[in-house]
Amino acid sequence: MANYKYHILICGGTGCHASQSAQIKENFEKIIVEKNLQNDVQVVGTGCFGFCEKGPIVKMLPDNTFYTQVTPEDCNEIVQEHIIKGRKVQRLLYLDPKSQEHKSDSKHMGFYKKQLRIALRNCGFIDPENIEEYIARDGYKALASVLEQNDPQGTIEVLKKAGLRGRGGAGFPTGLKWELCRKNAADQKYMICNADEGDPGAFMDRSILEGDPHTVIEAMAIGGFCIGASKGLVYIRAEYPLAIHRLRIAIDQAREYGLLGNNIFGTDFSFDIELRYGAGAFVCGEETALIHSMEGQRGEPTFKPPFPAVEGYLKKPSNVNNVETFANVPVIINKGWEWFSSIGTEKSKGTKVFALAGQINNVGLIEVPMGTTLREVIYEIGGGIKNGKKFKAVQTGGPSGGCLTEKFLDTPIDYDNLIAAGSMMGSGGMIVMDETSCMVSVAKFYLDFIVEESCGKCSPCRIGNKRMSEILDKITKGNGTMEDLERLKNLAKVIKDTALCGLGQTSPNPVLSTMDNFWDEYVAHVVDKKCPAGQCRALKQYVIDPEKCKGCTACARACPVGAIHGTVKQPHEINQEACIKCGTCYEKCKFNAISIK
Amino acid sequence: MDKIIIKMRKDVSDKIIAICKNFNNDPVELINVLHQTQDFLGYLPAEAQELIAEQLHIPTAKVYGVVSFYSFFTMTPKGKYPISVCLGTACYVRGAEKVLDAFKKELNLEVGQTTPDGLFSLTCLRCVGACGLAPVAMVGDKVYGRLTPDKVKGIVDEYRNME
Repeated sequence: MANYKYHILICGGTGCHASQSAQIKENFEKIIVEKNLQNDVQVVGTGCFGFCEKGPIVKMLPDNTFYTQVTPEDCNEIVQEHIIKGRKVQRLLYLDPKSQEHKSDSKHMGFYKKQLRIALRNCGFIDPENIEEYIARDGYKALASVLEQNDPQGTIEVLKKAGLRGRGGAGFPTGLKWELCRKNAADQKYMICNADEGDPGAFMDRSILEGDPHTVIEAMAIGGFCIGASKGLVYIRAEYPLAIHRLRIAIDQAREYGLLGNNIFGTDFSFDIELRYGAGAFVCGEETALIHSMEGQRGEPTFKPPFPAVEGYLKKPSNVNNVETFANVPVIINKGWEWFSSIGTEKSKGTKVFALAGQINNVGLIEVPMGTTLREVIYEIGGGIKNGKKFKAVQTGGPSGGCLTEKFLDTPIDYDNLIAAGSMMGSGGMIVMDETSCMVSVAKFYLDFIVEESCGKCSPCRIGNKRMSEILDKITKGNGTMEDLERLKNLAKVIKDTALCGLGQTSPNPVLSTMDNFWDEYVAHVVDKKCPAGQCRALKQYVIDPEKCKGCTACARACPVGAIHGTVKQPHEINQEACIKCGTCYEKCKFNAISIK
Repeated sequence: MDKIIIKMRKDVSDKIIAICKNFNNDPVELINVLHQTQDFLGYLPAEAQELIAEQLHIPTAKVYGVVSFYSFFTMTPKGKYPISVCLGTACYVRGAEKVLDAFKKELNLEVGQTTPDGLFSLTCLRCVGACGLAPVAMVGDKVYGRLTPDKVKGIVDEYRNME
């Protein structure tokens, strides 16, 4: 094996991929050959580093230099300066916004300081398309030791003692789930991986699959051994072509190395994995719906019991876990349950991956120990609110979760605290909103998502959410009444109590939590007919300031409905009755004379 | 029962029959069959659904039920340059709706439609996973990030000029 002096790691996650990281990798490879450095320098495409805001990311080993926002044109300079002359390219280093200092080592960056990477341990370190790099980082060691010990119940006990809970949303204890499935005897059982990440604004699972697919394969094999399944199925979104591509490569490699297939490690245990594709239905994240979808049916949920552990895929006992849950399993077995359970809070152990997005400085993928506060995540890791604006709310849990306000910023994040605060952990989307976000519109955004994605099987979800969306529409158009707010609340409660599946039951959460935390904003829309954030178009009022207006007539000429009147060089006026609030005048005015009220 | 009249070209129907066979004509594989058929044809016309139903020995209604359930499957042909605007939460709070409006205006299209010349179609999708670049849109496989409404015309022109 070649003994390289330098390694150039290039992020190949979706975000960086979209910013030409493939071209960057190609350029590096070309330059390295041109300069005859191929025996000293290795170019590696890796999974997501997490710091998507500053992508594309290039990391140099062994000195850990972290280059941000690299372009294909920068490659030559990096090789010339960093590798040949041993000088860092200052302009590409991360600039700390507070101290205005360049930081070269990611360990010293605010974004990484508070993070602890367990599920993402290999993302950004290894080449996901090379099984040997995974093996070099203790890959498949856990599977080997589990098979050697040949004590499935003992392995399940380890997971139970570690306190691992499902990372897909509900937080059900993983060890217990495996045990329930193990107890049901059957000639065939199935170990299923839920990679149907449907929450808008969440990309944790895809990053794991793109950056470290073998960890999921290894954990599924361990799970298969524990519950007594010889078949594994990954249900993955068809919208994730890169993740599918890498997973396929990984499965082929694992088969080639005898880590999937018959008689793994020379034991009696045989296990293989097949892929099944989702087709864009949010409800398929619910396990019974997912199973129906894998069977080639419409992805509609069915009533539980029977649970999948009793009657799942093709009516056989099946166990469904999410990608991130699986990614934790091999480490727990390698490092022991004592280590894992020492991280986190009393009832939520380990770490959680979040996709941090929205009006925040450092958008990206982060992993923090349970018990980290929202403030630490938003201000220290996330670098605070974009453009110096004021924090308004943070949304967790996707369409099933809620919006949390400033008063929850110091709440330690764990399953139970988030539920007590009126939201939930969910799969890990975390969207930060500033003062310009209208909470009524945000609630409507999530509700419209549910209306579109509702499978239609039960009427509370299908009809109830539609009616709620109509009421919210009425409110954002300035036609709402106080009775509407009451009706909204009642409907939400009925849906919560009567919908068939977990997704339906939690669908009113965004409305309920914004009503709880931003009641005044709802009232402002209904009573004062004002949108405090200035987002709702129908409630906006464009006004010309007569002192600033020069009478240039630019706005009057641009107005599509002729609602602006005035004589040349005299202040103009907008006829509010005729105005359609299109905002054209606001854009045309060169003197900032038009304001929105 | 009337025999289903299949209006497809023979090479097209042969290919679909081959796809079904590849999955052992197993109804459990219906979604995989539909994926491959859509990859091949670009959409799932009624004739293709009838043929698949016949091959897998299931009612056409069941095939149609599945096609209409999943948003990934479409019964109208997409444009040569399919444009999808991400309406995930991260993009939404960074102004994706305005970008979508700009595309609608520029192409004179509603979401789900294709231009009469067959060049562009417009759809929305939920999260490409490139939230760091929000708001984003995709044209084919290419991702355009950090969009603003005034960048839209330039993107569309890029493809118009290729014609």
